[in-house]
Amino acid sequence: MSSKSRKKNTADSNTKTAWEIVKISRHPNRPLLKDYLEHVFENFIELHGDRYFADDPAIAGGFAEIEGNKVMVIGHNKGKNTTENIERNFGMAKPEGYRKALRLMRLAERFNIPIITIIDTPGAFPGMEAEERGQAESIAKNITEMIKIEVPIIAVVIGEGGSGGALGIGVGDKILMLSNAIYSVISPEGCASILWRDASYAPDAAKALNITATSLMKLGVIDEIIKEPGEGAHNDYKKTFDQVKNSVLANLKLLENLSVNKLLDKRSEKYSNMGKFSTSS
Amino acid sequence: MAWFSKSEEKQKSGRENLWIKCKQCYSHIYENEWKKNLNVCPNCNFHGSIKSWDRVELIFDKNTFKELFANISPVDSLKFVDLKGSYKDKFEANKKKSGLSEAVLTGHGKINGIKVATAIMDFRFLGGSLGSATGEKILRAANYAYQKNIPYIVFSESGGARMQEGVLSLMQMAKTCNGIAKLNKKNIPYISVLANPTTGGVTASYAMMGDINIAEPFAVIGFAGRRVIEQTIGEKLPADFQTAEYLLKHGFVDSIVNRKDLKHFISNVLSYYNR
Repeated sequence: MSSKSRKKNTADSNTKTAWEIVKISRHPNRPLLKDYLEHVFENFIELHGDRYFADDPAIAGGFAEIEGNKVMVIGHNKGKNTTENIERNFGMAKPEGYRKALRLMRLAERFNIPIITIIDTPGAFPGMEAEERGQAESIAKNITEMIKIEVPIIAVVIGEGGSGGALGIGVGDKILMLSNAIYSVISPEGCASILWRDASYAPDAAKALNITATSLMKLGVIDEIIKEPGEGAHNDYKKTFDQVKNSVLANLKLLENLSVNKLLDKRSEKYSNMGKFSTSS
Repeated sequence: MAWFSKSEEKQKSGRENLWIKCKQCYSHIYENEWKKNLNVCPNCNFHGSIKSWDRVELIFDKNTFKELFANISPVDSLKFVDLKGSYKDKFEANKKKSGLSEAVLTGHGKINGIKVATAIMDFRFLGGSLGSATGEKILRAANYAYQKNIPYIVFSESGGARMQEGVLSLMQMAKTCNGIAKLNKKNIPYISVLANPTTGGVTASYAMMGDINIAEPFAVIGFAGRRVIEQTIGEKLPADFQTAEYLLKHGFVDSIVNRKDLKHFISNVLSYYNR
């Protein structure tokens, strides 16, 4: 049974299969954090370092403006080419990256400005030093603290939402997702190699895992799908940026008038309701 | 091939009725001795897997434990099918085999007279993996601790997030940490006990967030799998990598405590809670 014989995933509105969407989400010309910082935001002031160990180039963050609104932007920083990617570890962050992100979120809280996170990572870096310095702890800490941060948080999944590495900056009041982005508990390849015992079954795993924006909207994991133009964001940067900008601004507006208590209650409620289970065993 | 692996399995399970082979020192221990020693190897002190209900007996004062949220169980919301069949068939088979309805047992009870809420993971149910129902139970037990103003103790023994529930299982990391965040705000102590193994999404959420993190000796505790890391860096990792002892050295657990001493250690620590 080759995965080539699989049927089209008709559940998806644009009739692309999950695997086709995976490929678009990783397309080499897909716009990255850097592009959004230049075209959706203005006056980006990058802030470096976690104050404990190092500055992780796999995550970038700092102050920026979006249509005159002052915000904190934090995102996974994939590179455009091999040199950039090696320098930024392909957007796979280490504990110091997550700790920098948390430091900047706390700074945003002190300055009382909203936080926009941009998610695009294959996952947190699976390396020895990362484990040694507490990869798990740094992600756990961010997730827990992001529940408590007293300013609005909007997360935008622009490409790959790779598991805990994505969630480490992905907890928020509104989760937006581009129509050809993916968000998953494990990469389709990783899942296939465990459950199918063969990574070449990745297309089947991609379908089974329900990792597309349409699926995640149905499951209540995300709040909004940002439609990409034509064949995908890589074909029309300008339209993509406009859509993302409009969507972020509209969501900022929804959140800006909520009191801190209301904001935090709603965020907590949102995560309390995640998941499906039975109560009649 | 199938007949071969099956018969080998049978042989193995037949042996296991009498002898337990320690996963660490490979010595053969008579089953009764192994059980009497709380599933700990008398030879090398390796702490083997322990059933959630046995944990209850070990930690809680006699007849004080009350189970809560037992009605919560998994659903196959993605209709997930892999080579071996559907997720639904898998968890139904697991339910029958283990007599459990989820990978965690939740409730409240007394530890040397101190009332606490608890969640105890059980590796026998789908490798102690974190699914939606698992997360719901862990959150509800945290909320119970919050409402009653009592400490929360979680015992983890888990391979991580449950793939068959896709991103819903990932979201359980945020859901459970949400419960922990509430306890933090109210200054309610949360103690996390990490047993062998505690990995992946469980380590990267509630298991690492204890005000006090306690590990059992030699427990494997980590984020990424050892094999994945070895593939990434292209070399062999040190033998003690991702063990409780390694985490203690690097500052991520407060103490390594023998299973037989856990009850005393937890109640001793909680005796300092002065609110």
